[in-house]
Amino acid sequence: MNLPVIIKFVIDLLAVLLLALGIKGLSKVKSARDANRLAAFAMSLSAVGLLSYYLGTSEIAIQSWIWIIIGTIIGSLFGAILAKKVPMTSMPETVALFNGCGGMSSLLVALGVAIFPISGGQENFDFFKSLINEVSISVSIFVGAITFTGSIVAMAKLQGWLSTPGWTQSKVRHFVNIVFAVASLIAFFDLINGNTSSIWLLVIVSSLLGIGVTLPIGGADMPVVISLLNSYSGIAAAAAGFVVDSQLLIVAGAMVGAAGLILTQVMCKGMNRSLVSVLFGGSLSAQSTASSGSGEYTNITSCSVEECALTLEAANKVIIVPGYGLAVAQAQHTLREVTKKLEQNGIEVVYAIHPVAGRMPGHMNVLLAEADVPYEQLKEMDVVNPDFPATDVVLVLGANDVVNPQAKNDSSSPLYGMPVLDVQEARTVFVIKRGMSAGYSGIKNDLFDLPNTSMVFGDAKKVLNDLIGELKDLGVGEK
Amino acid sequence: MSFISLLWVLLLGSLLGLELIGKVPPTLHTPLMSGANAISGITMLAALTLIVKAEGNVPLLIIGSVSLGFALFNVVGGFFVTDRMLAMFSRKPSNKK
Repeated sequence: MNLPVIIKFVIDLLAVLLLALGIKGLSKVKSARDANRLAAFAMSLSAVGLLSYYLGTSEIAIQSWIWIIIGTIIGSLFGAILAKKVPMTSMPETVALFNGCGGMSSLLVALGVAIFPISGGQENFDFFKSLINEVSISVSIFVGAITFTGSIVAMAKLQGWLSTPGWTQSKVRHFVNIVFAVASLIAFFDLINGNTSSIWLLVIVSSLLGIGVTLPIGGADMPVVISLLNSYSGIAAAAAGFVVDSQLLIVAGAMVGAAGLILTQVMCKGMNRSLVSVLFGGSLSAQSTASSGSGEYTNITSCSVEECALTLEAANKVIIVPGYGLAVAQAQHTLREVTKKLEQNGIEVVYAIHPVAGRMPGHMNVLLAEADVPYEQLKEMDVVNPDFPATDVVLVLGANDVVNPQAKNDSSSPLYGMPVLDVQEARTVFVIKRGMSAGYSGIKNDLFDLPNTSMVFGDAKKVLNDLIGELKDLGVGEK
Repeated sequence: MSFISLLWVLLLGSLLGLELIGKVPPTLHTPLMSGANAISGITMLAALTLIVKAEGNVPLLIIGSVSLGFALFNVVGGFFVTDRMLAMFSRKPSNKK
């Protein structure tokens, strides 16, 4: 071992250690921000380590430097600009986009190595070694392509650029996807047999497979898909690690792959969906409308903002249940104004956060944190559920399926078994909603029919603004 | 590195990931997902290797450079966005009376 090899080894080891510490630190609120920076530092360290290794062992051509600088500047610039500009509500789409680009990167590396074998690795031809090389190239391309097209489709669906085409809800899509999968397999074996041109077939069919698998999945299940694709991009990175013979890439890729899987599991649990039904069951609303979505509301009570304000003023304890609708209306700041007034009047205010509130686990926490809601007021579902019977008023803002009592009472409901917030236990429930449209699942919400539930119709932001006005008139929070 | 030892690296890396991430509170899942996502941009190292070893092969240089761009888009964007999210959390204690 010569010096550059030893230095690189030490740097790689250090980078892995720091990355692991970074991920570990991200698991605590206090250390999370530093941990993220630590991970970023570890990443730049690994790049410096690699470049200094090549500088020490051989020359890096001027031409290479130019292309390195071009790629670095363009990629970093666009990444930084997007990261600064994107609104917090669009976080799931943004993660999907970043993720897709990571997959694309792995795909391109494998493609490059496949078309132009890197010099140095091939001097004494070894059948076993070349087989491994071809397998890792194929895996990298296959997973990378699925990650890329799948993430782009997920992003487009979340942004509303793409809807769910009707044919994807029929059985045809399984047939189509099986054809793509089989074609990828054929391309893979053809590639191992030495037919290099079949690599293009592999690229095309695995890209189509990524689209075909993601397109039928409904908006409600999209976070699960993004998390799964996040895991895939790790696997693609690990496969690329085998292609270029880098342990660091394999470790980091494997860590991300494992992380994505755990997160995916957590999300599935929160939504009472199994991964299999998310991936192969199609959109939830499509299957459920026939069974229990057809029920009519019989006992809707609607009330004015004024009544709502009067009830709030008389309350001792208020629980807020925020959902994605709140975020869409950008009303989290207005909500904060309302709760500030209530707190000044000595009313206890708590936010009940369902595990999948927003569009990703933890998304709602981020959105409320943006509006300066104190961290201690955010209560997780298991903590807050026993509190509902002792609560005077519950405000449901843009949440729907996560407060549907059907999940507990109606075993025929597709929601049955999903953990929900027991808001109906509270004395009074106000549901602020634009209209009677169903939630993501497309299922009727029994909560709305209950006698202690009142609907306040209107855009969340407007209703909350009116509420501030009414509370002011009542003298709440004036000091 | 022999193939077998690389497989060991893969196995141990996966176990490490499962162990590290199994204990995260739901609050931090979105930042964690975005942070982990940034780390998956580690393929930038593979892209760098490709460019360095291209030896004047222009198409390969271009592929490597584009790949590097995509990877760094993921890395830089991912870390910045995660930092933005986490900044909101860490601001809390000081703001509260």
